[in-house]
Amino acid sequence: MQILVLTKPVPDPAAGAERLGPDNRLDRAASPTVVNGNDEYALEAALQLVEAHGGEVVILTMAPANGTETMRKALALGAVRGIHVTDEALAGADLPTTIRVLAAAAAQEPFDLLLGGLDTSDGAGGAVTAGVAACLGLPLLSAAAAIEPDPAAGRVRVRRLSARGYDLIEAPMPAVISCTQALGAPRYPSLKGIMAARSRQIASRSLADLGEGLAPADGAWATKVVASEPPVTRAAGRTITAAPADAAREIADFLADRRLI
Amino acid sequence: MPALILAVAEVADGSLTRLSTEAATLARSLAEASGGSALGLVVDAAPAGPAAELAAYLPRVLAVTSGAVAGQVPAPHVAAEVARLLGEGVTHVVIGATTDGRDIAGTLVGLTGLGLLANADEAAWEGDGPVTRSVVLGGRAVTRSRLTAGSGLITLRPGGVPAVEAAAAGTVEPREAAAPAVPAATVLDRVAEAGSEVSLEDARVVVVGGRGVGSPEGFAVVDELASLLGGVVGATRASVDAGWVPYARQIGQTGRVVKPALYLGLGVSGAMQHRVGMQGSEVIIAVNRDQDAPIAEVADLFVIGDLFEVGPALAAEVRARRGG
Ligand SMILES: Cc1cc2nc3c(=O)[nH]c(=O)nc-3n(C[C@H](O)[C@H](O)[C@H](O)COP(=O)(O)OP(=O)(O)OC[C@H]3O[C@@H](n4cnc5c(N)ncnc54)[C@H](O)[C@@H]3O)c2cc1C
Ligand SMILES: Nc1ncnc2c1ncn2[C@@H]1O[C@H](COP(=O)(O)O)[C@@H](O)[C@H]1O
Repeated sequence: MQILVLTKPVPDPAAGAERLGPDNRLDRAASPTVVNGNDEYALEAALQLVEAHGGEVVILTMAPANGTETMRKALALGAVRGIHVTDEALAGADLPTTIRVLAAAAAQEPFDLLLGGLDTSDGAGGAVTAGVAACLGLPLLSAAAAIEPDPAAGRVRVRRLSARGYDLIEAPMPAVISCTQALGAPRYPSLKGIMAARSRQIASRSLADLGEGLAPADGAWATKVVASEPPVTRAAGRTITAAPADAAREIADFLADRRLI
Repeated sequence: MPALILAVAEVADGSLTRLSTEAATLARSLAEASGGSALGLVVDAAPAGPAAELAAYLPRVLAVTSGAVAGQVPAPHVAAEVARLLGEGVTHVVIGATTDGRDIAGTLVGLTGLGLLANADEAAWEGDGPVTRSVVLGGRAVTRSRLTAGSGLITLRPGGVPAVEAAAAGTVEPREAAAPAVPAATVLDRVAEAGSEVSLEDARVVVVGGRGVGSPEGFAVVDELASLLGGVVGATRASVDAGWVPYARQIGQTGRVVKPALYLGLGVSGAMQHRVGMQGSEVIIAVNRDQDAPIAEVADLFVIGDLFEVGPALAAEVRARRGG
């Protein structure tokens, strides 16, 4: 099985230093960069699938020139090569452009499954994977908690998270799947993997390599951020340090005052 | 060209979801502010009931009967209807930011190239278009964004726009279904997990167990308080990833957004990604044995103590006040 995984470099949420710059765009210098969490789950699922069914995992990233550093982290986990779409004209790209460009790059690769994240930790638009599927005219299996392909039958089944539990859904391959934390935690890179990643190929693609009319001229994006502000904070309240029984009484008084009990 | 703003509704168990009524309210208020008009869309195997509910919020509702959505994922079908309406003059589309809603929005962006203002929790008409407010970077920043063209899409987070019915009910027009926009995956089975009947978003009281609860057995304390306080159980990502609670109970950036009258957190540290899903609660109480836990920053009552001592003591106190 040939699996293509969309991996987006994002500011490391664990560092807690994400911020916007004066232009209201992500301040890329403020934070270390990692592979988006949901994309790591996608990658882990992809690696397990090729371990079970044979084949290989290729990663696809649209990012600035230094995006290769983050791509190496994904290669260290076991992806065999990477495709890096990078072009000055894509700086600050909007969703329609990101979707068109990723779809155009994916269309140049043979694959049975294309995996992406359900959403990203920085913007959390949650639209790109579905958009790529639509551009490619392929079925989308979203919010995956488990992925079970049947290569002989040419079909794939997905456990799709729902508000109630999950739905079992199915589509013919090739298909596009958006991935969630419920697929299970990604492996840690081995030293061997990290060494191997250094020599794995990352093919660079410019906009011109992918076709015409994918991005608007002069960054005329469909949306723009017009202002940014710090998040709303809540005033801190009272701290209770009393022994459990006394603390319980204080909580109960507080609840009773507000007619919550 | 006056704006024509479409609210896309979602149906669960035969009726309209609350978020759909919020999306409808937003579409109507944007339309009023812009001098344009609003309409609603319901695509379902049996759309009549939910369409009538939606007409309480909008002057005009299209009810599309689509047998296919009973056995297939809805996004390709709903996106096809919306694409058709965009061709008939709709300028803006408001969609709830649920899994299906985001699939619909993404599909539409891929098909039409329209811009998307994602995850809005507020929107107002300013000048010639909507300006939306969204929380980004996992809660570390808030942005206001707008479209650069005369049409586009908005996904709306739950709880941001209170639903308000219109002064007069609108009309419902039946419509034949369009062919799906893209191939749709087949639904083979729908599995409901225990306890999933009560929706987290609608609960007046939410009792959350975090990693501090330590085990599935530890959740007995959380369950007991939830039932005593007439609430439902919620979870952090840590307790979901540990397998103690189903994913549908996760609150936060990658889970649900709740605004109950009371949020009670036991063994929850209060990470930013969790806070974005609960800090709109009216009252927040947290029990944590670490005095430096960040949840203290948003709690009205921050109780420093062991949840396995404070939890049962609180349960006993509540019982005692109710007379046993
Ligand atoms: C992209 C991204 C998205 C995320 N989305 C979400 C999300 O949607 N929802 C979410 O919740 N998280 C989310 N997270 C994870 C988040 O960052 C935190 O890791 C998570 O919320 C921590 O859960 P917790 O508070 O249960 O666990 P911990 O942070 O481990 O906290 C456990 C707390 O329990 C206390 N404790 C332990 N034992 C006891 C005891 N006996 N009595 C009292 N207190 C005790 C400890 O002092 C500690 O404060 C996301 C992370 C990322 C990177
Ligand atoms: N620039 C990008 N390069 C590669 N994949 C991306 C990019 N942007 C988004 N994606 C994929 O699309 C998913 C959803 O992204 P989003 O819609 O931005 O939340 C991510 O989890 C990635 O898998």
